[in-house]
Amino acid sequence: MRKNLNVIAAYSIMMMLILMVGIFQSWNIALSIFNLCLISAVMTMGANIQWGYAGLINFGIMGYTALGGLAAVLISVDPVQEAWRAGGFDILMCLWLIIVMVLVIRFILKNFEKSKLRTYSIATLIITGIIIIRVTAEPGIEKIEAVNPATTGFLGGFGLPIIFSWVVGALFAGGLAFIVGKVALGLRADYLAIATLLISEIVIAIIKHEDWLTRGVKNVIGLKRPAPYEVDLQTTDWFISFVEKFNSGKLSVIDNLADRQAALNQLVIEGSSVFVKLCYSGLFLVVVIILLILTQKALYSPWGRMMRAIRDNEEAANAMGKNVVKQHLLIFILGSAIVGIAGAMLVTQDGLFTPGSYRPMRYTFLIWVMVIVGGSGNNFGAILGGFVVWFLWIEAAPISLFLINFFTAGIPETNALKAHLIESVPYFRFLLMGLGLLFIMRYRPKGILPEKIEIK
Amino acid sequence: MDFLNAIILLLNYIFIPALTYGSQLALGAIFVTLIYGILRFANFATGDMMSFGTMATILFTWYFQSLGVSLGVLPSALIAIPFGIILMILYMLLIDKFVFKYYRNQKSPPVQFAMVSIGVMFVTQAVVRIIIGPGDRRFFDGEKFIIKAREFKDMTGLNEGLALKSTQVITIFVTIVLVSLLFWFLNRTKTGKSMKAYSDNEDLALLSGIDPKKIVLVTWVIAGILATIGGVLYGLDKSFKPFTYFNNMLPIFAAAIVGGIGNPFGAFLGGYVIAFSEILLTYAYKKFFMYILPENMEPNSLVQLLSTDYKFAVSFSILVMVLIYRPSGIFKGKVL
Repeated sequence: MRKNLNVIAAYSIMMMLILMVGIFQSWNIALSIFNLCLISAVMTMGANIQWGYAGLINFGIMGYTALGGLAAVLISVDPVQEAWRAGGFDILMCLWLIIVMVLVIRFILKNFEKSKLRTYSIATLIITGIIIIRVTAEPGIEKIEAVNPATTGFLGGFGLPIIFSWVVGALFAGGLAFIVGKVALGLRADYLAIATLLISEIVIAIIKHEDWLTRGVKNVIGLKRPAPYEVDLQTTDWFISFVEKFNSGKLSVIDNLADRQAALNQLVIEGSSVFVKLCYSGLFLVVVIILLILTQKALYSPWGRMMRAIRDNEEAANAMGKNVVKQHLLIFILGSAIVGIAGAMLVTQDGLFTPGSYRPMRYTFLIWVMVIVGGSGNNFGAILGGFVVWFLWIEAAPISLFLINFFTAGIPETNALKAHLIESVPYFRFLLMGLGLLFIMRYRPKGILPEKIEIK
Repeated sequence: MDFLNAIILLLNYIFIPALTYGSQLALGAIFVTLIYGILRFANFATGDMMSFGTMATILFTWYFQSLGVSLGVLPSALIAIPFGIILMILYMLLIDKFVFKYYRNQKSPPVQFAMVSIGVMFVTQAVVRIIIGPGDRRFFDGEKFIIKAREFKDMTGLNEGLALKSTQVITIFVTIVLVSLLFWFLNRTKTGKSMKAYSDNEDLALLSGIDPKKIVLVTWVIAGILATIGGVLYGLDKSFKPFTYFNNMLPIFAAAIVGGIGNPFGAFLGGYVIAFSEILLTYAYKKFFMYILPENMEPNSLVQLLSTDYKFAVSFSILVMVLIYRPSGIFKGKVL
């Protein structure tokens, strides 16, 4: 108990901050911050597994998040029958072609000695393959995109409950991580960072522009929800009576029956949105707790010890007979899969998939700030980092507005400088993040909750 | 005649734009490579530092415009550049003093430097956005075209017009002058040679009496000049928007690594490699083939290898391939 005092203290402060937002701003805002904190925490756990456990630097978090989001779309949206009839055959053909191509390349790689001839033949194979695939796919893609472009114009998905997409998102992200890991993991740390960053940009470019699969920048809206809809709740009897009972003290003060009904309606509308957010919080909390238990178990298992050994001294670990390359690949896939789950969760919560919104600032660098600030190598630290940084990211604008007003209190409202500063309030969050990162790196390089290894 | 038309078409849509874009990338790439070679880290704040320098120049441009000073046909940003450079260098030295110096003295690993540079990236981004806002800014004034497409057609009687923007000529000219000066400095002067020595082997360089503080200072000064001019040229040619500058960091990195990181000449060529491959692979050649092929063989499709949406993806794929097959870059890295 005593050992964990700082953990408990840090988490209670964080919870108090969120509660304060609930009391002073509104419960709606507090819960949406809390939900995104939970999602961020999942992402940070993924990044933390790679960086904290194994020392692998992955700046491609954005790509895995987007793939998770794509999984949510592909799982939950109903299939567009018309589009399938129009161009489904061509797309399936292409899929077969790709599979055949991969198998042929594998065959060549396995059965022939490494030589210049082999490299060139694989290169020609890939180039001709891409050209053939483009030629076969082109008419199909055009037909699919022509099917009712304002509302669909893509193949749709499988029409399953969106919850399944959390697993599928993990699989997608893990699959991508397998490919990326195979090609890039041998690189030196800073090269790996750049390579993963650029690969994630390629992934985003594909998701943005392959309209037949993702609707691209036209966005997919109105995804199914695992939680009830506000509108339905507002007409459900048990919910109304629940709100009435919950707020009976407040309502009984109002004498006038009509006023009372109006107040109740207002409360029901507010309550429904809070209730829906609470449902999400519950779901997300379950995911975070499951992941936390698993990662904690892994950290203190022989496997976790091996990972730390590899991280701290690769050569020594190698000499002890540990397969460094294989373990790096494994942990790269695991971490990315967790990020993929977070991506699917994010889309589930928003109910929409907007490929244009995936930007490295928000989905890669911010997550890294969370990992560094929270404490790399420590799962509790990573989760805390997700909470603290996301909280500050959201609350930075109100805080800086307050500070600007406080310091320029004597200056009249019409002052150009003051007006300019107030106008640029949204950008103070970047400043806050940057300064936070720099200060933590300088004065507490291990993060708020540093890694500690107990030998039992 | 058709053959000439085809050549003009390629010149107008591929060669000149690629040369311009390549020059802008090349300046950024030399900046990245210098920082990597001498200060030994991948600077993720590259794009934002360039946007800071451009912002400073824009502010001075506005000031000069309000005073009524101008260069006539040339953009007035050219007079503002030196002042922008000074501000940029001051900002870089400030950052170096308060941030990077500590880690240099600690001999931190490059990864830690990279993380710190992300902090700097956030801060710089905030500073630029707070001062000038996130919007699109055009600060070009003066004559826009040297040759207009229609004038060219009238002059030569060809079907294809060749438009030559003054910003393109300025970009290419300034780049050539600047890069020649830089290579002269690095190869012929004592300071330049000591920078090379420092990059090759820090300990040996220190033993032979090279002052590391001076090397770092000179590096930042050169970096400031490159970042500001590169940024301003890009802004003059297209427009200034902080977010675009942040995104430009990625092809710049690609150029620096493709050319062999730590090697300024490689970075210079890498910029053009990236720019040309981006434009060559995403250009629709239909019209070109219409000119050179006989009529019955004209293509029906656009004859475009990749859609223009994948412009960035092209350079990144090149980079990934170079990283995998030849991590030291096409022109072998680390020989500053």
